[in-house]
Amino acid sequence: MSSSHAHAPGLAHHFDSYEQQRQSASLGMWLFVAQEIMFFGGLFTAYLIYRLMNPVVFAVASSELEIKWGALNTGVLILSSLTMALAVRMAQLGKRKAIVGFLCLTLLLGLTFVGVKAIEYTNKWHHHLVPGEHFSFHLSPTEIGALQSHGIDVSDPAQAYYVQSRAEMFFSLYFAMTGLHALHMLIGIGLILYILRPAWKGRFNLDNHNFVEGFGLYWHFVDIVWIFLFPLLYLLGRHLPHA
Amino acid sequence: MSEATSTGYPEENYLTQGSTLKSWLLTTDHKRIGVLYLLTISVFFLLGGLFAAGIRLELATPQGDLVQPETYNRMFTMHGILMIFFFLIPSIPATLGNFLIPLQIGAKDVAFPRLNLASWYIFVIGGCFTLWALVSGGVDTGWTFYTPFSTLFSNSHVLPAALGVFITGFSSILTGLNFIVTIHRMRAPGLTWFKLPLFIWSHYATSLIQVLGTPVVAITIVLVAFERVFHLGIFDPSVGGDPVLFQHLFWFYSHPAVYIMILPGMGVISEVVATFSRKRIFGYKFMAFAVLAIAVLGFFVWGHHMFVSTQSVYAGTVFSVLTMLVAIPSAVKVFNWTATMYNGAVSWDTPMLYAIGFIGLFTIGGLTGVMLGTMGIDIHVHDTYFVVAHFHYVMVGGAIMAFLAGIHYWWPKIAGKTYPVFWSKLAALIVFIGFNLTFFPQFLLGYMGMPRRYHAYPEEFQVLNVLSSAGATVLGVGYLLPVIYLTYSFFFGARCAQNPWGAVGLEWETTSPPPTLNFDEIPTVTGEVYDYSPKKEAQVV
Repeated sequence: MSSSHAHAPGLAHHFDSYEQQRQSASLGMWLFVAQEIMFFGGLFTAYLIYRLMNPVVFAVASSELEIKWGALNTGVLILSSLTMALAVRMAQLGKRKAIVGFLCLTLLLGLTFVGVKAIEYTNKWHHHLVPGEHFSFHLSPTEIGALQSHGIDVSDPAQAYYVQSRAEMFFSLYFAMTGLHALHMLIGIGLILYILRPAWKGRFNLDNHNFVEGFGLYWHFVDIVWIFLFPLLYLLGRHLPHA
Repeated sequence: MSEATSTGYPEENYLTQGSTLKSWLLTTDHKRIGVLYLLTISVFFLLGGLFAAGIRLELATPQGDLVQPETYNRMFTMHGILMIFFFLIPSIPATLGNFLIPLQIGAKDVAFPRLNLASWYIFVIGGCFTLWALVSGGVDTGWTFYTPFSTLFSNSHVLPAALGVFITGFSSILTGLNFIVTIHRMRAPGLTWFKLPLFIWSHYATSLIQVLGTPVVAITIVLVAFERVFHLGIFDPSVGGDPVLFQHLFWFYSHPAVYIMILPGMGVISEVVATFSRKRIFGYKFMAFAVLAIAVLGFFVWGHHMFVSTQSVYAGTVFSVLTMLVAIPSAVKVFNWTATMYNGAVSWDTPMLYAIGFIGLFTIGGLTGVMLGTMGIDIHVHDTYFVVAHFHYVMVGGAIMAFLAGIHYWWPKIAGKTYPVFWSKLAALIVFIGFNLTFFPQFLLGYMGMPRRYHAYPEEFQVLNVLSSAGATVLGVGYLLPVIYLTYSFFFGARCAQNPWGAVGLEWETTSPPPTLNFDEIPTVTGEVYDYSPKKEAQVV
C-alpha cells in the first residue's frame, strides 16, 4: 500500500502519511496530558479537602512560603512557555538554529525554576518546615493573634498539637505537590537535552516535528500545573495572619 | 472448525518471522506482543490460582487448622492482587485486544508500536516487584491496601507490592492510550465508526477508563508509600489525615476498574454471539452506546463501596441510584445478545458454549450487583461472602468466561491451528459446573452472615464451604484443560482454514496466522458490520 513511502524520512512503517502520523502523535499526547491531569488531580483533591477542613491553620502555614520566590518562578515558567511555543513554531518552519536557540532558552528557564525551588526547599529545611522528626512550626505573635481571633488558643496543649499537626499536613502536601511538579520539570529538562541533538542535526521540518510539538504540549502542561499550584499554595488566605 | 486445504495456510506469517528469543523480546509487532502478554498473564493466573486453592483448602474445615491467620491474610491478599492487577485487567485488552484491534480495523499495527512493547516491559517490571513482595513473605492488607492499616500497622511487604501495582498501572494507561489513538487514526478507508465491530467499541470504552482512572490510583499508591516511609500523615487520623479519603481515591479507580475487566469481555461475547448465530447483532448502535454508558456511569458509582464508611446517607442515596442506573446499559447488552440468538442459526461450537455461559453468569452477577447497590441490603451483607460471590460471578463467571470464549474463537487466527473439539467442549462444561459449584454456595453463606477474609468459621457453614471447595477443584481442572490442549495445538495441531467459523470481519479477510503487516493490501470497507446475509452463508458451506 505505502511502498512509495517506504523510505520517507521520519515516517514510521505503519503510517500511510505524515498527516496520519502527526495526528496520531498529537492525539496520543493530549491523552497523556489527560492522564497527567488525573494523576495530579488526586493530590489537588486531597489538598482542597484538608484546606477546607483546616482553613485557618492552612492559611497561617501558607504564609511561611516565600511569595517572592514563588512569583519569580511563575514569571520564569510563563516566559519558558513562550520560548517553548517559539521552538515548536521554528520546528514547523524547519529553522534549525532557531529551534536549538529557543530550546536552549527554555532549558535555561527550566533550570532557573528548579534552582529557585532548591533555594526554597533549603530554606524550609533550615526553618524546620520539612515534615518529619525535625518539623517544628514556630508561630509569630501576629500568627498567634490571628489564630486566637479564629478561636484557636495555642496555649492549650491540645490546640497547640492541632496547629502543629495541621501545619505539618500543609507542608506534607506542599512538598508532595511541588515535588511531583519539580519531578516533571526535571523530566522536561532531560527531554530538552534529548531533543537538542536531532534539532541540531536538522531532523525537524514541516512534515516531521511531532516530537517537538508533543514535548511542547508536555511543557505547557507542567507550566499550567504551576499556575494552579502558586495561588493555591502561596496566595490563598494570605491576608488572614495579618488581619 | 474446518481444517486447511493444502493451499490456504500461509508459510510466511508473523510467527515465522524469527524464532529467536531476541526476535520476540524486541518485537514491535502487536500480534507478538499480544502473545507475550498471553504467556505472562497465564503465569500470573496460575500463581493467583494457587493462592485461591490455598484459601479453599483452609476453608474446607471450620477450624483454622491449615495455616496461621496471618498466612491466610497474605494468601487472600496475594490472590486478589495477582488476579486483579496482573490477570483480569490486562487479560482481554492486552492479549486479544492487542492482537485483534489493528486486524479488525484494517491497520498494519497499533499507532505506537514501540510504546506497546514498552507497556509489556512495564507490566513485567511491575510483576517483578509484586513477585518480590511475594517471595519475601507477602502482603496482608487485602488487595485494597486500606489505610491506616497499610500505612501504619501492617508488618508485611506493602511497599514492593504497592510499587508493583503502581508500575503496572502505567502499562495499563499506555495500552489504553495506544488503543484510543489506534481506533481514532488507523482505521481502513471506508471504516466509519458505526461499521466498527463491538469488540472495538468495548475496547474504546475500556481504554477511556484505563487512561482516566488508573492515574488516580497511581497517585493514591504514591501517597500510601510516602506515608509508610516518610510518615506524611495524609491518611493518618492522629495528625488530621482522613482514611476515608483514601477509600474515595482508591475506589474512584477501582470501581471503574471492574468495567476495565468486564467491558472487553462484552466485546468478545458480541463477536461470538453474532458469528455463531449467523446474524447481525440486534440493536447494534444501542450496544455501542451501552458500553460507553457503562464506562461513563462507572466513574460516578464508587461511593457504593463506602455505604458503611462514614459516608452521609444522602451521598449514599445518590451513589445507590447511580449504581442501579448501570443496570440499564448492562441489561441492554444481555437482552440484545439474546435477541441476536433468537431466530438465528445457532451452532454450538466451543466459543459459543463459553459465551452462553457468560450471559447467564453475568446476569446473576449483575443482578446481585443491583441488590448490593441498595443500601439496606448492602449494610446487611457488607463484607460477607455474598459480596465475594457477586464479584466472582462478574469477574470469573463474566470476564474469564469471555476471555476463554475469545481465546477459543480467535485461536485459529492466533495460532493457525485447530484444537480438539471434544476436549474443548468438555472443558467449557467443566468450567461452568465448577464455577457454579464454587460460587453459588457463597451467596448462601454470605446471606447467612459468613464474613469474608476469615480463616475459620462456625460449624454450621461447613457443608456449603465443602461444596465450594469441591467446586474449586472442578474449576481448576476446567482451567487446566485448555492450557494443555491449546499448548498441544500450538505445536502439534492440524493447520486450520483461514476463516474456520465462516465469520465476517476484517480480521478474517487475511490469512490465519496473519502476515507481520496484517494485510497484503489494506482493505477498503464498503459493506455493513456483521453482514451475515444468506449469500455469505452459502459461500461458507
